[in-house]
Amino acid sequence: MTVMQEIKKAFVERVDENELMNCMRCGFCLPSCPTYIQSGEQEIHSPRGRIAMMKAVRDGMIEADEEMRNSLDVCLGCRACEPVCPAGVQYGHLLEESRAILQEHTAYSATQKAVRHTVFHELFPKNKQMNRVVNLVGFYQRSGLQKGVRKVGFLKLFPKGMQEMERVLPPVQKEKKRQYEQKVFEAVGNKTATVAFFAGCLMDTMFNETNRATIKLLQMAGCEVHIPSDQGCCGALHGHAGEKDQAIEMAKRNISAFESMEADYIVLNAGGCGAYLAGYDHLLKDRGGWQTRAHYFASRVRDFSTVLIEKGLEDKVNLVYPSTVVTYQDSCHLRNGMNVFHEPRQLLRQVEGVEYREMPDASGCCGSAGIYTIVQPDMSLKIVDDKMEKAITTNPGVIVTANPGCLLQMKVGIERSGLAGKVEAVHLADFLLEALS
Amino acid sequence: MKPEILEQLKQLIGKEHVQSSSASRLVYSYDATPGYQSMPDAIAVPGSTEEVAAIVKMCNENRVPIIPRGSGTNLCGGTCPTSGGLVLLFTRMKSILEIDEENLTATVQPGVITKSLIDAVEERGLFYPPDPSSMKISTIGGNINENSGGLRGLKYGVTKDYVLGLEVVLPNGSIIKTGGKLAKDVAGYDLTKLMVGSEGTLGIVTEATLKLIPIPESKQTMLAVFDSMERAAEAVSSIIAHHIIPATLEFMDKPTIKAVENFAKVGLPLNAEAVLLIEQDGEEAAVSKDMKKMQVICQERGAISVEAAKTPLQAENLRTARRTALSALARLKPTTILEDATVPRSKVAEMVHAINETALRFNLTICTFGHAGDGNLHPTCLTDARDKEEMERVELAFEAIFEKAVSLGGTITGEHGVGEMKAPYLEWKVGSAGIEIMRAVKQTFDSNNIMNPNKIFGKDTRKRLVVKS
Ligand SMILES: Cc1cc2nc3c(=O)[nH]c(=O)nc-3n(C[C@H](O)[C@H](O)[C@H](O)COP(=O)(O)OP(=O)(O)OC[C@H]3O[C@@H](n4cnc5c(N)ncnc54)[C@H](O)[C@@H]3O)c2cc1C
Ligand code: SF4
Ligand code: SF4
Repeated sequence: MTVMQEIKKAFVERVDENELMNCMRCGFCLPSCPTYIQSGEQEIHSPRGRIAMMKAVRDGMIEADEEMRNSLDVCLGCRACEPVCPAGVQYGHLLEESRAILQEHTAYSATQKAVRHTVFHELFPKNKQMNRVVNLVGFYQRSGLQKGVRKVGFLKLFPKGMQEMERVLPPVQKEKKRQYEQKVFEAVGNKTATVAFFAGCLMDTMFNETNRATIKLLQMAGCEVHIPSDQGCCGALHGHAGEKDQAIEMAKRNISAFESMEADYIVLNAGGCGAYLAGYDHLLKDRGGWQTRAHYFASRVRDFSTVLIEKGLEDKVNLVYPSTVVTYQDSCHLRNGMNVFHEPRQLLRQVEGVEYREMPDASGCCGSAGIYTIVQPDMSLKIVDDKMEKAITTNPGVIVTANPGCLLQMKVGIERSGLAGKVEAVHLADFLLEALS
Repeated sequence: MKPEILEQLKQLIGKEHVQSSSASRLVYSYDATPGYQSMPDAIAVPGSTEEVAAIVKMCNENRVPIIPRGSGTNLCGGTCPTSGGLVLLFTRMKSILEIDEENLTATVQPGVITKSLIDAVEERGLFYPPDPSSMKISTIGGNINENSGGLRGLKYGVTKDYVLGLEVVLPNGSIIKTGGKLAKDVAGYDLTKLMVGSEGTLGIVTEATLKLIPIPESKQTMLAVFDSMERAAEAVSSIIAHHIIPATLEFMDKPTIKAVENFAKVGLPLNAEAVLLIEQDGEEAAVSKDMKKMQVICQERGAISVEAAKTPLQAENLRTARRTALSALARLKPTTILEDATVPRSKVAEMVHAINETALRFNLTICTFGHAGDGNLHPTCLTDARDKEEMERVELAFEAIFEKAVSLGGTITGEHGVGEMKAPYLEWKVGSAGIEIMRAVKQTFDSNNIMNPNKIFGKDTRKRLVVKS
C-alpha cells in the first residue's frame, strides 16, 4: 500500500462517516471562522471546506496532499464553528482524528523530528523538563541577557511568531518559589465545596502566580483546594497537533492522579486545558474501563470562574479596582468547548470601579491557539492585529483573558499596536486578586 | 482544462487569483444540495467587471463552462460544476458602492453578503426587506440569481421586487446596463426582471442597484402554539382571508420545533404539534390592532396558546431560531432533502395535509416548516443517501408532492430555484411550450451554452405520476 492508500484506509476506519455526513454544507459556520475571513474568504480555509476535504479523502475523491494538510495546519482549532452549527457537527473531534492520521503518516526531516520529539514527548509530558526550560527563561530574563539579546537583534534569527512571543513572556519566578508549600488549602469561612486543582504545565511554571491567585480566590469563595500530586500536562497540545497516543497517555495519568481524592469539582484556570479535560470521555471512548473513569472525571471539570459565581464570591468579599475601562477577550475553548462566557463577564462587572465594555466580536479567536503562533506566524499575526483593532474601540485600560495562550497573544497585540504602557493584558484570576487586595 | 487556457487566465487576472490544485477544486465541487458533487477544472477570482468580461470572452471562445458562485448555499444543485469548467468567485467584488438616501437605492457588487447590506442600510434608518434564512452568508449575487425570498416575503415581496437595475456581463463578453435608479422605466423589454432568477445561465451580474424603503416604525412578534398541523395551517389561511398581511407568518411542525430548540434553546414548546411565528410591523397603533386580531383568529382556530415576545431580543432569538430550521434538522439523519413546493395561500392547509399523507404512504420521515404565509412550504425528508431503496421512495414521495402542488395551482419551487435538481420537473409547471420559449431565450443569450450548463433545462422530463386521489 502506498502512503496515500494507507491514509485513506485510516480515514475510512477512524473518521466518523456519520459525523462527516451531518455537515449539510449550509455554510452557516463560515462567517465565524477566523481563517476563512482572514484568508479573504477562501473555502479551503473554512470549516465546510475542511470537512468536505476530510470526506473526500475518506471517499477517495482526493488525496491528502500538501495543500489539504496545510489547510488543517492553518485551522486554529478554535472551534468557533461548533456552537454556530445548527446541525451540531463536532468539528473538533473530526479535526483531531484527521490530524492524528496525517501526523502518523508524515515523514519529518531529522530536525523537525527532533523538535517535535522535544516538544511533545520530553517537554510537555514531563514537569521536570518543563521546569528546566522555564528556569532558563527566568535566568535569561533576570540576567539582563534579555536586554542585550534584544539589542543585538539575535532574535531575528527565530521565526516571526517566536520573536513576538519572546517580548511578552511574563517574569518567571525562581523554581523554589514556584513550589507549593502545601497540598491542601483551607476554605476561608464556611466550607462549601472540596475542589481538586488542575495546575497545568505552563500555568504551573510560567504562570505560577496566576495559579496562586486562583487558589486564593477559590479559598475565599469557600472551597477547600487540594492539589493532587502526579498530575501533569492535559495533553491538548498533543491532541491538537495529531499526537493522539501521547495525549491518551497523559489523560490516563491525570485521571488516575485525580482519583486519589474525592472532589466535587476539578477546577482550573486555562480554557484551553479545560475543554480538553472535559473531553477526556470522548478521547478515551472505546477504551474499556477507562471510559467510565474518564466520564466521571470529565463531568466534574469546571472553570474557576464558574465555581466563583456558583459559590457566591461576590457576597463574601469586596472587589474594588481603581476606576478603569475593562474589556474581555473570550478564550475559544472556554467559550466553544465549555460554554463558559457569561461567568467571567459577570465577575468583572461585580468589581467596583470597573467600567465593563464589550468589544465587538469578543468571541472571535485571537490567533494564539496553542503552538499556532509559532507554526503559522502570518495568519496568527493577521488575526491578532484585527483583534486589537476591535479591542481598541472600547478604549480599554485592561484587557482580561482566561487562558495563558490568549494572554500572551493579547500582549503581543498590545506591543504591535504600540499601546504598551497604556493598555494591559491580565488573566482574570490576577485581576480579581488585585481587586481583592 | 487545457494548460494554455489556465495560463491565459493567469495572465488576465494574476496568478494569485487562479487556483487549480485538487484540494482547491474539491472545495468548490459542492453546494448545500445533498447528492451533488463534481469537480471544476479551475477557480478564478476576478476583481472587476472588466476582468469578468475578459474571462467570459476567453471562456466563450474556448467553450469553457462558467459556474458563477456566491457562497454556494443554494439548494437546487445550482453551483455544482457537473460539466467541469471554471468556477467564478466574487470574494474580491464585495463592496457596497453607494447608499443613495435621496433616491432610496443601494448600489452593490455581487459578492456583498446579504446581512452586511441589511445592517448597513438599517444604520441609516432604511430597510432592505429580502432576508433569506441564509442571509448571514448568502451573497446578493446569489440572491438575485435565485430570486430568493425570506421571512418578510409575505408583506414585502422577494428579491425581484427590490432589483431596480443591473450591470451584466453577457456570455460574449459585452457589458450591458439594465434599469437604473428609476421608479419607472418602460424602455424596451424588462431585462432586469429576466436576469433575476436566471440562476447564472444568462450572464454574470457584476453590479446591482437595489430599492430601499423606510424602516417600519415598530414591530411586534408572537408565537401561536397548536396541537395539530392542520389547525395551524387553517389559521394561516384564515388570517389572509381576514385581509391582514403580517410581515412574517412562519410555520414549524413538531420535529422541526424539537430540532431547532435543541440547537437554539429559545424556549419553544416541545409538546406542540405546530407553531406559527407571527410578526407585524408599521405604525404602532396599527400593529397592535393587527396583532390583536391575529391572536383572536389563532385562538378561534384552536391555538393552545398565543404569546407575545417580551423584548426585541427575544423576538430576534425566535427569528434566528426559525432560520436555523433546515440545518438543525440535518442533525437528526445523515441526509436531509428539502423541497420547496408552493401553493396559493388559501391552499396551505390542504397542502400540509397532502404532505402528511404522502409521508405515511411512502413510509418516510418528512418534517415541514416554511413561509406559510407565502404558501411556500419546505417539506424536508430525513433520510440516508446510502440507503438506495429508501432514496427511491423519497424521490417518488417528492414527485407526488410536486404533482399535488401543481394541481392546486402551485409550483415546484417557490424560492430555491430549479438548478439541476428540479430541471426534470420544470415542464410540469411551465408546459412544453413554456420550456421551448425559455430555451430560445437561453440560446439567444448563450449560443455556446457555456453559462452554468445543465441548470434549469434537464436532459429529459420526468414522466408525470398519475395521482389517484
Ligand atoms: C440553511 C439554508 C436556508 C436557506 N433559506 C433560504 C430562504 O429562506 N429563502 C431562500 O430563498 N433561499 C434560502 N436558501 C437558499 C440559498 O441560500 C439562496 O438561494 C441564496 O440566495 C444563495 O446565495 P449564495 O450566495 O449562496 O449563491 P450560490 O448558491 O453560490 O448561487 C446561487 C445561484 O446564483 C448564481 N450566481 C451567484 N452569483 C452570481 C453572479 N454574480 N452572477 C450570475 N449568477 C450568479 C449561481 O450560479 C447559482 O445559480 C437557504 C439555504 C440554506 C442552506
Ligand atoms: S459544519 Fe455545520 S454550519 Fe458548517 S456547513 Fe456544515 S452543517 Fe453548516
Ligand atoms: S476550528 Fe476555528 S479556524 Fe478551525 S475551522 Fe473551526 S472556526 Fe475555523
